[in-house]
Amino acid sequence: MTASLSRQRRWALWGAYAALGVFVVMFLVPPVYMLITSLKTSAEISGQNTNPWLIAHPTLANYTELLRDADFQVFFWNSTKVTVSVVALSMAISVLAAFALARMRFWGSGALATGVFLTYLIPDSLLFIPFFKIIGKLGLINNAWAMVLVYPTLAVPFCTWIMIGYFASVPKELDEAALIDGASWLQILFKVFIPVAMPGIIAATIFAFTVSWGQFIYPLAYLYSSDQMVLTVGIISDLIRADVFQWGKIMAGSLMAAAPPVVIYAFLMDYYISGLTAGATKG
Amino acid sequence: MRRVLRRRSTIAFFMCLPLILLIGGLVVYPAIYAIYLAMLNKKMTHFVGLGNFAFLLKRATFHLVIFQSCLFAVTSVTAKAVIGFLLAHLMHAIPGRHQRVWRGLLLIPWVVPLALSTLGWWWMFDPSYSAFNWLLAKFGIGAVPWLGSTGWARFCMILVNTWYGAPFFMIMYLAALKSVPEQLFEAASIDGAGALAKLRYVTLPMMRNIISITVLFSLIVTFADFTIVRILTDGGPRDTTHIFATYAFEIGIQSGDVPLGAAASLFMLPILAVASFFILRGVARRDREMAA
Repeated sequence: MTASLSRQRRWALWGAYAALGVFVVMFLVPPVYMLITSLKTSAEISGQNTNPWLIAHPTLANYTELLRDADFQVFFWNSTKVTVSVVALSMAISVLAAFALARMRFWGSGALATGVFLTYLIPDSLLFIPFFKIIGKLGLINNAWAMVLVYPTLAVPFCTWIMIGYFASVPKELDEAALIDGASWLQILFKVFIPVAMPGIIAATIFAFTVSWGQFIYPLAYLYSSDQMVLTVGIISDLIRADVFQWGKIMAGSLMAAAPPVVIYAFLMDYYISGLTAGATKG
Repeated sequence: MRRVLRRRSTIAFFMCLPLILLIGGLVVYPAIYAIYLAMLNKKMTHFVGLGNFAFLLKRATFHLVIFQSCLFAVTSVTAKAVIGFLLAHLMHAIPGRHQRVWRGLLLIPWVVPLALSTLGWWWMFDPSYSAFNWLLAKFGIGAVPWLGSTGWARFCMILVNTWYGAPFFMIMYLAALKSVPEQLFEAASIDGAGALAKLRYVTLPMMRNIISITVLFSLIVTFADFTIVRILTDGGPRDTTHIFATYAFEIGIQSGDVPLGAAASLFMLPILAVASFFILRGVARRDREMAA
């Protein structure tokens, strides 16, 4: 009885591994195929009789040419400067507000917290048309800095929401003790809450980073020239000229552009995941 | 004491001020502005009331947009929910120390920026060099017009969206599964419950709230998707695969009819409002349960 039960368990376990293996293979086909294509020459890619899943003559030319390409460098720099500014701005706004909303009850704070959550549910595809007019009036069309104005609307609500949850879980005794010792609210925030809620800060920062690095509709709608474009839109517009698709370079560029969020994920996976689930399980 | 309280609420208000300005100036104001824009004529010189909405509702292309948006959202969300649920259970079945690696690999589709991974899919669907068609040819199956025919193009959009979103469902469900007390399963086993009975009477009721929050949230995001459709088909062939966001982009930004584009995107509002209402209710219910 026990022997057959444990054998059954072992079979179930192997079945689970096998099924997970199948899913991993299916999930990784696109990035792996992108990698395969990026390591080929244009001649090999357009050869009709070769196996597209194998590489006959591996080359890094696509990568080295792109890294030397002035436009690609500009895209990378634009993405970086926009993302760093958006992350800094969004985190400053959301940490201050989340602290006040989690600890300093005041008139309307409950309604504001609900409002923050509701704004998180407003998608970018609903706001890109009014923003088009607003950015136009401000004279910021085709200016990468306009992204710093609009991206925080995507990052701040969620960051604030999960930071409220993290701050609320800090024991009340800590700030009461600090208050009795005569600390000001800002001191309590910086000396007590931010250190204690560091995992939450990291999770929120990662979220703000991935959102602004991967944004697509806003830069596509408001940025026209190569000197202002960010990576997500630059790669397509720059490497497809007159219906000539440089697939090897497009794939190499996409992989290099995807590298920063993937590297952050690889090193900070636990924070990344706690940030993902925090929206629904905390707060 | 009262003075301290007043000071405290004043400080709190100032700490929230940047947030209030952001929400007011860059979310609420543009949203209202969008409604105003949607009621102007093309040159934005005079007010036409609901004329743009009525005009859109009379166009056959827009009927297709409504149909396609609903089909895309409902099918993708269902597929993501089912696959995510399955994956979460598979993950829960393997020992905890191995879960990290598998979870790490399975979450990659969600981590790569969607605009970039969709380029990879687009290339695999390429009419002349499709890597999928090459594999199919090895099995003697003729070339599939992945993005060339309406039916296949719809299938591809749903496939890419499911690939991208299923890991997110897996993570949410796994977190919920781990919070179900093990004793409940043991008690059910002692009562003679099989795997299906446990799923139906223990797992699903315990996870009901998180399932509904995740599904509704994903419904909003999928309904409002832009990236996948824009890159894969851009509405083609012959405007049969547009969804609200890509259609609004085409007429509002590319053809320059801002009011009509605003009207097209505002058609998303009712479903977003309904879904948001239920999400908020689910979150409030969970908070009460956690407080109890």
